[in-house]
Amino acid sequence: MSDVMHTTSTARTGRSATASRTYAAFLGIGLVLLIVAPLFFYPIFLMKLLCFALFACAFNLLLGYTGLLSFGHATFFGGAAYFTAHAVKEWAVTPEIGILVGVLGAAALGLIMGFFAIRRQGIYFAMITLALAQMFFFFCLQAEFTHGEDGIQSVPRGHLFGLVDLNDTTSMYYFVLGVFLIGMIVIWRFINSPFGMILKSIRENEQRAISLGYSVARYKLGAFVMSAALAGLAGGTKALVFQFATLTDVGWQMSGEVILMTLLGGIGTLIGPIFGAGLVVTLQNYLATSQFPVTIITGVVFMVCVLVFRRGIIGEFYASRLGRRLGFEHRR
Amino acid sequence: MVLSARGLSKSFGAFSAVRNVDLDIHHARVHALIGPNGAGKTTVFNLLTKFLQPTAGSITLLGSDITKTPPDKVARMGLVRSFQISAVFPHLSVLDNVRVALQRPNGLSTQFWLPASSLDRLNQQADALIETVGLKRERDAVAADLSYGRKRVLEIATTLALDPKVLLLDEPMAGMGQEDIGAVSNIIREVAKTRAVLMVEHNLSVVSDICHQVTVLQRGEILAEGDYETVAKDERVRLAYMGTEDA
Ligand SMILES: Nc1ncnc2c1ncn2[C@@H]1O[C@H](COP(=O)(O)OP(=O)(O)OP(=O)(O)O)[C@@H](O)[C@H]1O
Ligand SMILES: [Mg+2]
Repeated sequence: MSDVMHTTSTARTGRSATASRTYAAFLGIGLVLLIVAPLFFYPIFLMKLLCFALFACAFNLLLGYTGLLSFGHATFFGGAAYFTAHAVKEWAVTPEIGILVGVLGAAALGLIMGFFAIRRQGIYFAMITLALAQMFFFFCLQAEFTHGEDGIQSVPRGHLFGLVDLNDTTSMYYFVLGVFLIGMIVIWRFINSPFGMILKSIRENEQRAISLGYSVARYKLGAFVMSAALAGLAGGTKALVFQFATLTDVGWQMSGEVILMTLLGGIGTLIGPIFGAGLVVTLQNYLATSQFPVTIITGVVFMVCVLVFRRGIIGEFYASRLGRRLGFEHRR
Repeated sequence: MVLSARGLSKSFGAFSAVRNVDLDIHHARVHALIGPNGAGKTTVFNLLTKFLQPTAGSITLLGSDITKTPPDKVARMGLVRSFQISAVFPHLSVLDNVRVALQRPNGLSTQFWLPASSLDRLNQQADALIETVGLKRERDAVAADLSYGRKRVLEIATTLALDPKVLLLDEPMAGMGQEDIGAVSNIIREVAKTRAVLMVEHNLSVVSDICHQVTVLQRGEILAEGDYETVAKDERVRLAYMGTEDA
């Protein structure tokens, strides 16, 4: 009995050592690919991809690590796009300050939405976030500074720290890549922190966490605000990439799209949502010029993926024989 | 007296699960709550720890009224419970289970900017607790892989990690082998030297062995109270509960 325990535990530690080596290798390859990517792909496409990948990872921070399915994340993505666009255009601040304004705005919206939604479970949580997001959509439609149907147009990219001209596409790409990496590091640290440990324990057994004295609602709210802020980081950056902020980014379709990306890639894996976002953005990009309606194609892809890869693409890979041999472990 | 309840009642719709229960739990004493299945013992625990809101009555913990206090706050005030169905964090290791319990009392639960390795400074404390309950060999095993009895022991370790003033244990020895029962009895006797313990227990030899005071619950009401000998002699108790067992 105890011997069994012992072998299990050594097997586990051995496995996780392989896992960290594999992770490091994949990380290195991924980084190199991202650095040389603009030589091979259209930079605007890559920047869009990075923004959506970060958005999906921010969303996954909530769904995958606290089990809360928000149907209102467009509020933070699109809201931050408006805030950043407004700040750099009307207040003439530098782009990094503009993005910071977007992040703080999104965090504030997250605090409000989270406050109302966090005590509800499951479908009720999703409904409340959706309802509040729709309210924010109508606010954006009516408000003065968002310019209604037109949105905020010709947003200047400006000079990073007042020095680097971001109108140069290459500079802009590496700026976006930097933002993306910072976002990913923040997410990684957040998950692997003392706070993240409590989140994990709440997901494992909420009653026990309460009986150990944890105010579960506050930890969930913390995760919600962090998720909103990071979605804002993605949205604010996107506004600078495309140089506009419009109603598209705050609509419910956007909230749905990020759910789709996350489910496609794999909930609760750090990099799954990146792949999900990549797939959806690539599909949209190539189908945009074709006769086919994009939504039907993404819908079909989604259905096939859900049926074939129940855990999402990356989730299935982790759970596969190759994935396990490489040392990955899928937790669900 | 550290914990007391007056006129505690709970109804689920028309069904009244707990009726007019008075309880006094004292420091450095082990108090048993016994009674047949469905008597309302777990419900009393849920009421005392505020996992359920009483329909009527009041609860006082260490001099303050906690009748309207939320359950996490009650836990922070020093009243900590275990669950009838063992409650561990299944995918965490034994060590991590104990460390999660230690995080809050050590002010290490809200830092989202620190690395996970910052929790290593809880290891010494955690290892001591793991040692106390005899889980040393399973320290790095995943909780889900433990046997049922070992899970219960782990739950006791996480409960003790909070250094509670009052300990509520719901059938801590259910599903345990004779060896473990002896070991856990000793742990409870030891921890009760400095705290109050209220436990639900079906094993009457354990009750007579380690409990100073016994309350018998039947259909949500108190049937008898006193030390084990007094209660065991009570005719109604023999009839309702002990009659079937060799007391
Ligand atoms: N949430 C609830 N809703 C409705 N009825 C409940 C609820 N919780 C408990 N009950 C009922 O209250 C009664 C007492 O249940 P309780 O779990 O407190 O008994 P117990 O003494 O702990 O029994 P056991 O020895 O089986 O653990 C039972 O009849 C049960 O069905
Ligand atoms: Mg019970």
